[in-house]
Amino acid sequence: MNRNVQLLWNGLIPENPIFRLALSMCPAVAVTTSVQNGLMLGLAVIFVQVFSSCTVAIFKSFIHPRIRIPAYVIVIALWVTVIDMILPVISPEVYKQVELFVKLIVVFAIIISRLELFASKEPLIPSFFDGLGMGIGFLFGLCLIGAIREFFGTGQLFGFDILGFNPLLIMVLPAGGFFVIGFIMAIFNWIEYKLTGKIPTSGGAH
Amino acid sequence: MKEYKLSHLAIITVMSCVFLSVMALGVADAGTGSGSFKKDNEIVISFGMPVDEAWAKNTANFMVSEKTDPDIQLPVESVTLDAKRISALIRFREPLNLSSEYEVTAKDVTSEGKVMGNVMFMVKKSQGQILFTIFLGAMLINNFVFTKYLGLCIFFGVSQKKETSIGMGITFTIVMVLSAIMCWALLTFVLQPLHLGFLKIIVFIGTVAIFVQAVDTILRKVNPYLFKKLGVFLVLIVTNCIILAVPLINADSGNGPMESLILGLGAGLGFALALFLMACVREKLELCKVPAVFRGLPIAFVVAGLFALSFLGFSGLSIF
Repeated sequence: MNRNVQLLWNGLIPENPIFRLALSMCPAVAVTTSVQNGLMLGLAVIFVQVFSSCTVAIFKSFIHPRIRIPAYVIVIALWVTVIDMILPVISPEVYKQVELFVKLIVVFAIIISRLELFASKEPLIPSFFDGLGMGIGFLFGLCLIGAIREFFGTGQLFGFDILGFNPLLIMVLPAGGFFVIGFIMAIFNWIEYKLTGKIPTSGGAH
Repeated sequence: MKEYKLSHLAIITVMSCVFLSVMALGVADAGTGSGSFKKDNEIVISFGMPVDEAWAKNTANFMVSEKTDPDIQLPVESVTLDAKRISALIRFREPLNLSSEYEVTAKDVTSEGKVMGNVMFMVKKSQGQILFTIFLGAMLINNFVFTKYLGLCIFFGVSQKKETSIGMGITFTIVMVLSAIMCWALLTFVLQPLHLGFLKIIVFIGTVAIFVQAVDTILRKVNPYLFKKLGVFLVLIVTNCIILAVPLINADSGNGPMESLILGLGAGLGFALALFLMACVREKLELCKVPAVFRGLPIAFVVAGLFALSFLGFSGLSIF
């Protein structure tokens, strides 16, 4: 059980998909103009990540190693199609804004890399927790960026007006997303530098 | 034996793209040339004979509506004739939707005091203009990388050197155009007749993956030199969001074959342009003294943010 908690924590901070592994950056910039959008897409990613990890963990002995990548893609596409049908029923308003990116979860590098690196080697239970941890880490990243951009861009949080004016409109513009992520990454690097005394080299950027 | 250089390839690709766009402009149909848009709130119609100024000044003589909603009359602000009194410029209070078709009916056209009856004009952009707008939109105005944030994974991954960025740009553009057209064909001839639209995510990503694998295999046998240069990028392309986003956008907006192709071309060239620009900056960045915590990806993100700001300048750009 201890290892499972470890796996969960691992995905949240030490191997956070967005800030540490630098995987799946597209949605991290694109849908994070508000916390709500980030939350919605994050939940969708958790769903797809957990179910694809479990599916691959169960069926890994049936998948020939040479065609594993297409097989993984099809598994992911299957679960994305499922969530793509569920979400519009739950929250049609928010879904309309993140629609394209829910479909694009298929090509999010984070999911396929977890399948390749973890679920294809480990049994069902650890795979479940690894998927859940990565998903939660992704959700955390999206919500953090979303909160910063929404607060500074529109003076709101979760759609509630807090400041009553727009401090920095640039934050909700395309450029703002890049700036916010760049600075959060730098802050993560700085924290690690203070804790361990060395500058980490940032991830492979895929 | 064969000395392919990446710069030659780049020139060939750009030239073929220009050729394609010229062809696309060439298919502009001349049948509805009787009216055209001037600015976004002006329409020019030509009567083919001199008409009376007094008649033309009366704005009630002109009835304008969108073809899809013939009941809604658009308010005409003023009508001005040109010096020869052959063509008239109709100005509207509200800007028009330039991508839709308008019907202009001129009631009881009066020429030299004689009433000639009603004349109808169809006003719409020609196919070539629409295609060029799509192309420009995908490449510059709504650049997929800087304003839609797609394909960032590869964008940050391979923009470290100019050489690799050119190779990736070329490979990506070719695969993008071909897979856009293939996905369109699959959607139109297979998925829609069978009412399997909900499967399009699975089918599109499968198509792209298989196509990339096929290109990889063929290139390896046919031209090993080119494969050595471009082969590494092929595998990466499957994880690029743009490659899936373009067919999905095409499917959602019901684009035809030509529009799909042009959107793919615009997206591919836009991506190549963004990649090349970024590579140029990052090569220079290597020589700069960047604060230690910003080294690597963080500074690349800040640079991308600055590029995104400058690409905002393209918004509102329209040629037709």
